[in-house]
Amino acid sequence: MKQNYNKPLPKRLLEKFAPTFSEGGKLSWLHSFYEAMETFFYVPTDVTKKGAHVRDCNDMKRTMFMVIIALIPTILFGMWNIGFQRIDGADFNIWQNFWYGFWQLLPSIIVTYVVGLSIECAFAQIRKEEVNEGFFVSGMLIPLIIPIGTPLWMTALATAFAVIIGKEIFGGTGMNIFNPALIARLFIFFSYTSSISGEAVWFSDARTGATALGELANTGTTSVSMLDAFIGTIPGSVGETSTLCILLGGALLLFTGVASWRTMVSVFVGGLVMGGIFNLIAPAEPQTATELYMTLPAWQHLLLGGFAFGAVFMATDPVTSAQTNCGKLIVGFMIGVLAVLVRVFNTGYPEGMMLAIVFMNALAPVVDHYVVQANVSRRNRRAKKSINA
Amino acid sequence: MRILREKTETERYFKQQTNNLFTYLPILTDMSKVIKLKKGLDIKLVGEAEKSVIELPIGERYAISPLTFEGVVPKLLVTEGDKVLAGDALFYDKAHPEVMFTSPVSGTVSAVRRGAKRKLLAIEVAADAQQNYKPFKTNLAEATREEVVATLLESGLWATIIQRPYGIIADSKDTPKAIFVSGFDTAPLAPDMNIALKDDLQAVQAGFEALKKLCSNVHLSLKAGEKSILEAIEGVEKHYFAGAHPAGNVGVQIHHIDPVNKGEKVWTVGIQNVAIIGRLFTEGKVNMVKTYAVTGSQVAHPQYVRCLVGSSLCDVLMPARIKPQGGGSTFRLIEGNVLSGVKATANDYVGIYSSQVTVIPEGGELELIGWLAPRFHKLSVSRTYFSWLRPKKTYDLRTVLNGGVRPCVVTGLYEKYLPMDIYPMYLFKAIMAGDIEKMENLGIYEIVEEDVALCEFVDPSKQELQALVRDGINLMIKEM
Repeated sequence: MKQNYNKPLPKRLLEKFAPTFSEGGKLSWLHSFYEAMETFFYVPTDVTKKGAHVRDCNDMKRTMFMVIIALIPTILFGMWNIGFQRIDGADFNIWQNFWYGFWQLLPSIIVTYVVGLSIECAFAQIRKEEVNEGFFVSGMLIPLIIPIGTPLWMTALATAFAVIIGKEIFGGTGMNIFNPALIARLFIFFSYTSSISGEAVWFSDARTGATALGELANTGTTSVSMLDAFIGTIPGSVGETSTLCILLGGALLLFTGVASWRTMVSVFVGGLVMGGIFNLIAPAEPQTATELYMTLPAWQHLLLGGFAFGAVFMATDPVTSAQTNCGKLIVGFMIGVLAVLVRVFNTGYPEGMMLAIVFMNALAPVVDHYVVQANVSRRNRRAKKSINA
Repeated sequence: MRILREKTETERYFKQQTNNLFTYLPILTDMSKVIKLKKGLDIKLVGEAEKSVIELPIGERYAISPLTFEGVVPKLLVTEGDKVLAGDALFYDKAHPEVMFTSPVSGTVSAVRRGAKRKLLAIEVAADAQQNYKPFKTNLAEATREEVVATLLESGLWATIIQRPYGIIADSKDTPKAIFVSGFDTAPLAPDMNIALKDDLQAVQAGFEALKKLCSNVHLSLKAGEKSILEAIEGVEKHYFAGAHPAGNVGVQIHHIDPVNKGEKVWTVGIQNVAIIGRLFTEGKVNMVKTYAVTGSQVAHPQYVRCLVGSSLCDVLMPARIKPQGGGSTFRLIEGNVLSGVKATANDYVGIYSSQVTVIPEGGELELIGWLAPRFHKLSVSRTYFSWLRPKKTYDLRTVLNGGVRPCVVTGLYEKYLPMDIYPMYLFKAIMAGDIEKMENLGIYEIVEEDVALCEFVDPSKQELQALVRDGINLMIKEM
């Protein structure tokens, strides 16, 4: 085959290997992988066939990529914090902490992507579709929400479970009911409870094992300062500790319109409202840990645990959240309410956010149904009025 | 930011209003009637038509294509070599034999073009140098409704009357709830009706008189804050719309004036076709002359061209000229606008429903890792790109899809570009599922393809939503 040296190298390589991967070629069973690589390197030059002759420049890749960019502050801070939370981490300088965390997190990111993307490619191949970009985001979220000490085989298993059971059996990206990343965490949470629960869950050699939520669930108070919780220098899953970094990412998502402000804001409002209600009804002299927990100022709930991370990166998943504007407000609000409710009353599950989001994922279609039904009723009423007139 | 933009739009609107204060008083009195649409998008493209009109002489060849008419199964009435007058029927609709489709010129039927499975593509007529017209009665004032209907059917102009729901040619046995005409077009590079209709005002008035014989309830929508020559039209109910595209779509206007409910029918007519109907009743002949805006970045001299319906695109493009294409690049010829027009070739002919021809560059450029690069020069409604920084920039858009086809992931986006009380994603999903009852409940009666064209434009999943809506409508027609 004559090569055209005017073309850049990746293009030449892609063209060279095109026959190998296309139907009849030796590696035709890897066609979806080839196609994914092709669109990864070059914007598809496919032209419009039907309908609008020109199209907006935005596509799924760009949209998903924006979430990754929004995650960068959280990832970088999380890496540093892994080192900082080490027993001797405080003696490290900032780079030593970062490198320590970097090498802790990297294997888990690689494992998640390799396992997840292989399964995605396989399903795309079977369905004869292009590989979806959805896993770009899920694959980055999973290492950020599972404990850092999680063995890699468990991460791999959880990822496979999340992709196959959480997404592909429903029909793939866009059809899933539950957030795949949360499914991965739930899988570890329920299947390997013993290995990741208890006080020293987060770091094998952590300075202090207990997370603020763990403390609160047991005693109703926490020793964590709220400034630390805001900046993120506390123990916790890699992604969830720094509210500041999460809000930076959240700001980008809201500005670019990738995430819905309705969902994001209403989760925070829901948390504040429920926390506020607890503050009001808490007994003046709290006796039990739960009663003490109820006196925790409402705003502090938003800074602790995975609340902010869930609100910004999990609840806003467009596929599993509500799809109507009104539904987004309702579902977001309920997530905030439930997260705080579970935290305070169900001490067995200190992190209410995960359960709240998964529960509302399941209820979102119902909420949407009633919102859409209101539109249908409006239309039917209008029709009746028109006939009578 | 969204709120800010809306504010400036409102400000601009009021500024225009005050500018018009002294020049045009009637607008002030109608201020209370203005319907403001906040949703939508004006796509600013390179290649707007200059405000000059070139009149084409009679060309060599004209043609009518049955494909222009949605849902029509053509039955030929002529064969090659037949002599026809302007206004003589060429074919009729099998399901509605009373609906005739007529020749725009007098001459000889020169070719009957057929495609695969002998599908009728076009009937070509070689035009006489001296045009002869089939005579029609002009006594509009005394004519009864039945006589007007019969004249329209016989003259072939009944086909200009489109029924909602479904966007198909109206049934002549029906009496609609109302007739709607949009007096402006907001599509990208759309013709300015003040220029397109500048010599047609009397014909438009006569056309409205004829439409009022069909249904007393006739609505004309105009752009708020702009001086329109159609202000002079009398005897119709006028409405004023403010906002971006698709504010000029008659479907959107109907939704806000008097929406179509289940079991109801309304009719729509393009404003230039109202003029053609008017000429039928004043001149007593079928004179299908229209003004087409020849636009787009690949047109050397974008301008208005006045010619007969059925003119070849070659002739229509002749005065404006297509820019020379270098380096193996090609162009796409579109009959209509870039959002809802039809892909055409220079051998095709302009149809009766369009009033615009657009030429844009075909295909894309090779871009390494485009999803990662900033791509400052690209147009997107999403702020993941930077076009929001330059809201006034005009773009030379190409025909690339800009991404791969994906399932619906992003939510809440379609809603922003369909100014109707409809949940578009739910409607689309109902169509995909073929659920008649849901489609009906969710508003299939109120939309046609062009109304969802913007949804299709902005869709990051790159789905073919206009084709989907047509499939849904066809399913409704079949099942109901």
